[in-house]
Amino acid sequence: MTPSRSAYLRGCLASAPFALVIVPFGLLFGVVGAEAGLNIVEVMGFSIMVIAGAAQFTALQMMADDAPTVIVLATALAVNLRMAMYSAALTPHLGKAPTGMRALIAYFLVDQTFAVSSMQYDRDPGMPLAQKVAFFFGAVTPICPLWYVATYAGAVLGTAIPPEFALDFAVPITFLAMIAPLLRTPAHIAAAFVSIAVTLALAFLPYNTGLLIAAVAAMITGAQVEIWTERRLAR
Amino acid sequence: MIDDTLQIWTVIIVLGLGTFLLRFSFLGMIGSRAMPGWALRLLRYTPVAVMPGLVAPLVLWPAATGGETDPARLAAALVTLAAGVLTRNVLAAIFLGAAALYLTPLLF
Repeated sequence: MTPSRSAYLRGCLASAPFALVIVPFGLLFGVVGAEAGLNIVEVMGFSIMVIAGAAQFTALQMMADDAPTVIVLATALAVNLRMAMYSAALTPHLGKAPTGMRALIAYFLVDQTFAVSSMQYDRDPGMPLAQKVAFFFGAVTPICPLWYVATYAGAVLGTAIPPEFALDFAVPITFLAMIAPLLRTPAHIAAAFVSIAVTLALAFLPYNTGLLIAAVAAMITGAQVEIWTERRLAR
Repeated sequence: MIDDTLQIWTVIIVLGLGTFLLRFSFLGMIGSRAMPGWALRLLRYTPVAVMPGLVAPLVLWPAATGGETDPARLAAALVTLAAGVLTRNVLAAIFLGAAALYLTPLLF
């Protein structure tokens, strides 16, 4: 097997567990979208053009609440601002790929593909570019196509999933399961703590702005604690 | 009900383009230029800076219960986090968290 092919397969394997949450999440978006009055083309328009669950749910909720279009867009885009940070974090690893390839990577840059790839690049920064790209598309394979299929199935079925299944909680559980293994240094733990504390303290701010401020504060905290830890070790 | 077709497609197209531009921002513009060390140091913490803040309100004030803290969801969150820290296995954490979500209501 060529190294790129093996990197692709490792990417598939690494993100495969997330298929278990992409399916209920996509189904749920299809069902909720259909129930809110969108037709199948519109529901699929969201999942194919936006391909970002949290922002899609946000936009849907706000349109159902009759929010003006500008506010709907500003809020949903604020939810997606983290994508710019993902983009920046992957640039040192994938920035030398051809432009068309980078555009394709950007389109498929979702929470799960980012989490899996950035963890892999962190662990093995010396991987050649071709293998890093192959790993990324491996991580895309079990995730993104399933997102479209699950959304479609949800929109077609249109039947309400009983609320006892608490499908809304698929999102928090996935995110927590992704974060937990990252909490491996004092800096990571401090950053997570600041992120939670500041978001909750600023929950009164409109349009998710509290989360954006919290994220910036948490990144600075993580970086600062890392510097302190290094200094203590150097002494 | 959402029935304003023009609004729906405006949101889909503008949100789609805007999200793509956010994703392409650094990958597209900076390209192969190296990022400064302090920037890399900050960006190392992106996932732990964003995701806990995204999740915390969903755990404490779930929309599905009208914003009221729910023992099942709280237990599921704590079990997921503990399992993830201890096992370092994302799938195991998800399974145990889901089990806590469905089993907690049976205890009360």
